[in-house]
Amino acid sequence: MSVVAAALAPVHQHYLVQARQMQALSFVAHIPLVAFAISFPAMVLFVEWLYLRTGDPLYGTLARRWTRVVAALFAVGVITGTLLSFEMGLLWPNFTATFGSVFGLGFAIEGFSFFMEAIFIGIYVYGWDRLSPRAHLASGIPIVITGFTGSLMVISVNAWMNHPGGFHLRAGKVVDVHPLSALFGNTYLWHELVHMYIAGYIVSGFVVAAIYAFARLRGRWGRYERTAIAIPLTIAALAAPVQVLVGDWAGREVATHQPIKLAAIEGLTKTTRGAPEHLLGWYTEGQVRYGIEIPHGLSLLAFHSWNAKVQGLDTVPPSQRPPVNIVRISFQTMVGIGTLLALLGLGYLFVRIRRKRLPESVWFYRAVVVAGPLSVVALIAGWVTTEVGRQPWVVYRVMPTADAVTGASGIPVGYATLAVVYLLLACGVAWVLRRLSRAPLDIAPDEHGV
Amino acid sequence: MLKALPLVFCLAGLALYTVLAGADFGAGFWQLLAGRGSHAERVREQAHHSMAPVWEANHVWLIFVITVFWTAYPEAFGSIASTLSVPLFIAAVGIILRGATYALRSGTQNRRELESIDTLFAIASLLTPFALGAAVGGIASERVPVGNAAGDMFSSWLNPTSILVGVLAVATSAYLAAVYLAADAARLGEPELERAFRARALASGLVTGAIALGGLAVLHSDAHSLYHELVTGDAVSTLIVSILAGGATLALVFARSFEAARYSAALAVAAIVAGWALARWPTLLPGLMVQQAAAPHDTLVALVVAVLAGGAILFPSLALLFRLTLTGRFDHVGEGATRVTGQVLSASMPKLPYRAALACLIAGVGLLNVAEAGWAHALGVVSLFGFIVIGFLALVPGAFSREEAMTPPRADEPHGPT
Ligand code: HDD
Ligand code: HEM
Ligand code: HEM
Repeated sequence: MSVVAAALAPVHQHYLVQARQMQALSFVAHIPLVAFAISFPAMVLFVEWLYLRTGDPLYGTLARRWTRVVAALFAVGVITGTLLSFEMGLLWPNFTATFGSVFGLGFAIEGFSFFMEAIFIGIYVYGWDRLSPRAHLASGIPIVITGFTGSLMVISVNAWMNHPGGFHLRAGKVVDVHPLSALFGNTYLWHELVHMYIAGYIVSGFVVAAIYAFARLRGRWGRYERTAIAIPLTIAALAAPVQVLVGDWAGREVATHQPIKLAAIEGLTKTTRGAPEHLLGWYTEGQVRYGIEIPHGLSLLAFHSWNAKVQGLDTVPPSQRPPVNIVRISFQTMVGIGTLLALLGLGYLFVRIRRKRLPESVWFYRAVVVAGPLSVVALIAGWVTTEVGRQPWVVYRVMPTADAVTGASGIPVGYATLAVVYLLLACGVAWVLRRLSRAPLDIAPDEHGV
Repeated sequence: MLKALPLVFCLAGLALYTVLAGADFGAGFWQLLAGRGSHAERVREQAHHSMAPVWEANHVWLIFVITVFWTAYPEAFGSIASTLSVPLFIAAVGIILRGATYALRSGTQNRRELESIDTLFAIASLLTPFALGAAVGGIASERVPVGNAAGDMFSSWLNPTSILVGVLAVATSAYLAAVYLAADAARLGEPELERAFRARALASGLVTGAIALGGLAVLHSDAHSLYHELVTGDAVSTLIVSILAGGATLALVFARSFEAARYSAALAVAAIVAGWALARWPTLLPGLMVQQAAAPHDTLVALVVAVLAGGAILFPSLALLFRLTLTGRFDHVGEGATRVTGQVLSASMPKLPYRAALACLIAGVGLLNVAEAGWAHALGVVSLFGFIVIGFLALVPGAFSREEAMTPPRADEPHGPT
């Protein structure tokens, strides 16, 4: 592929690597927040619904406290997302200039989705006690729906970047554009969407559970804490094993559509039948060293067949290969954590169903405390696998990232500024969540252990 | 026609953003000028209170403008964003800081924390409209050529026209905010605050008008063709509308009809945006006509349909939000809002849901992980979601009443937290 599209003349950007890192930093900030935004409101609504059904004030208290968390995180999600949409122009003007007419629609529809989300979050958060209970509950439903449609739209863009279609190139110009089939007629969309959506529930489930598990280790274990942990933990425990199944599906899609990404995931240099999989290890000089080999592992994983042929990295020139170790390590991190989370979830479900109570072991709660942050790590590692595995292309096999980048100078300054701002933001968010969690509980002391 | 329609959407969005988010930025301006003491604190409190429920929604107008613009005029977007990267980045940082202060404010406990957060808020509120205005000034004065960062990184936005528009943006924001806050104070029955904001509105209105008129002189020397079009071409009618609406707003504020003043202020702003567009029509950037810049036909059709359909859902929802805010439904805690029906959830854990969940799981594995066809994968995903939902409903509601010796709430006694 030598002819590539570019609306504006590509430039040499000395700081391409910094531009990519700046993009990555912005995503790492945005994604965990939106993982919450697409899943947590549903949990809050569920608790509010329980409150309306039973009239038990404990549920009311819980729903209100969680609402404040939703509001604070939503605000931060909005601003980090705004920065991302600026960066589409600030960092990758040629990507947007060339393909805006193909993928832009996804973001335009997403804009409406965010609009609705922002409106109903405003109504929901400020409407406690001001609206009738039913109206208030109803005002939360659009939040759950728009959380889903918002991720659908954004991910349709990402799926298009990974598996572009819906247009033709003529003399470097984009013609015959069909945005709907580009975005939604794309087979690559569905596994990404489902995998990300479930990841949202895993992340918010384990993170919230981790907070109450921590409280339990500190000796706070009243009915309030038990209720507050049971809801997110049950969701996460059910979702985690499902995520492994969905991840298997994602792997097969990658194998069919992006063989080079798959080769980088394993570090497979030569095309091989019955390719093995290596756990851990380091890719160097064309092979994985110090890893634990699982014979035929990769063929099984990618094609569900003992002797399937897996394409190697050497089928493309070195300049078209992604950085193998980053992709490999991120992938293994995600899968490793995903497996552990699934086991933890199954253990919890077993105790819940068989013994009809919450687990009692201290070790279980210690594991949950660790599972919270680990689930966020898995989320980010998964995105790094997807995005870095796509390199050196911004639009897979159509536009190299180096052609997309801005010609403006000053990227290092922007990067440094953003790093400082996000560091402050992270401290601020941590501070506010701590404050919110320390606000006194307005329920009877015997309901929560002191 | 089709090729220009998205531009109309963008300009309408820009006008709405200026008016709605402008009021929001301006609130920060008044917080900065409020000074210290209890009166100042009330000014600040009021400025925060009336914006908090709506700022996120107001803010999305900018996202709307950006996304519609890059879909419909991708090349122009790439050129603008790369040349004007500095002011746009500054605006983005300003937006981050402002949004962060909304989130942080909910955690404050004492006045000192509140004041430092409000100061950050105020500084960011000045920075963002100025930077966005300066970027607009760069486009208006033809300093953004087509190309990847083809214009000058600094003089494209540090020039007389940019500074004029930037300052005008800050002044307009302050003015809009004062009008809005005066109206809010009037509604809340706070005569003292109302007086304070009315005085601010009149003063800032005069200043804004003076800057706008004086600005024509700046345009005359710095962006002559724009000036020429504005005072002699098609755009002159918009200039007149803007001046009349601006004057009317001042009169309305003086007469304390704040509600009407809001609309005429919006009209004055919208007229300026329209004037800019008319003066430049049909060029988007130097050498790039709207016709050439527009995306292919299918994209434009899909975009226009999406915007119209989106608008049909959006405007009623926005109206609901503003009605709740403006009619003060968000101000006072109502009575009886927490009345609940009070039923005890079933405490038993029936077997059936478990079997159903398990069946879903097994079906899901078969369809998603064993089968190859696309339809099978779709059904598999549905089954797996079924597993999660049924499993959750089977496990969770029963959990609480079962555990330990805990008395279920009495069904006949409605009670809620205070
Ligand atoms: C909590 C988060 C989480 C967990 C536990 C897992 N994943 Fe994942 N994974 C993601 C979160 C994630 C994600 C949301 O970050 C990604 C990035 C892009 C995407 O669609 O989902 C992803 C991508 C992703 C990809 C690349 C898809 C692509 O490039 O299009 C594969 C092959 C897998 N995952 C496979 C797995 C497997 C086999 C897992 C099981 C153990 C697993 N994931 C657990
Ligand atoms: C997996 C990827 C992504 C998902 C699932 C996602 C999802 C979301 C969601 C649910 C929100 C609502 C705000 C919140 O709840 O915090 C949001 C906000 C936002 N996102 Fe993302 N996003 C993703 C990536 C992106 C990308 C790539 C961009 C732009 C380039 C982007 C731009 C935005 C913007 C502009 C907002 C703010 C909207 C507002 O003002 O309400 N997001 N995102
Ligand atoms: C869903 C919508 C998304 C869109 C439209 C999008 C878009 C982009 C673009 C334009 C780039 C720069 C070009 C490039 O380096 O290839 C990029 C790179 C990158 N993105 Fe994404 N992205 C999305 C989701 C994510 C998410 C959720 C993450 C989470 C962490 C992520 C992580 C990265 C990383 C790490 C890079 C840098 C890769 C490298 O340069 O090596 N992306 N993405």
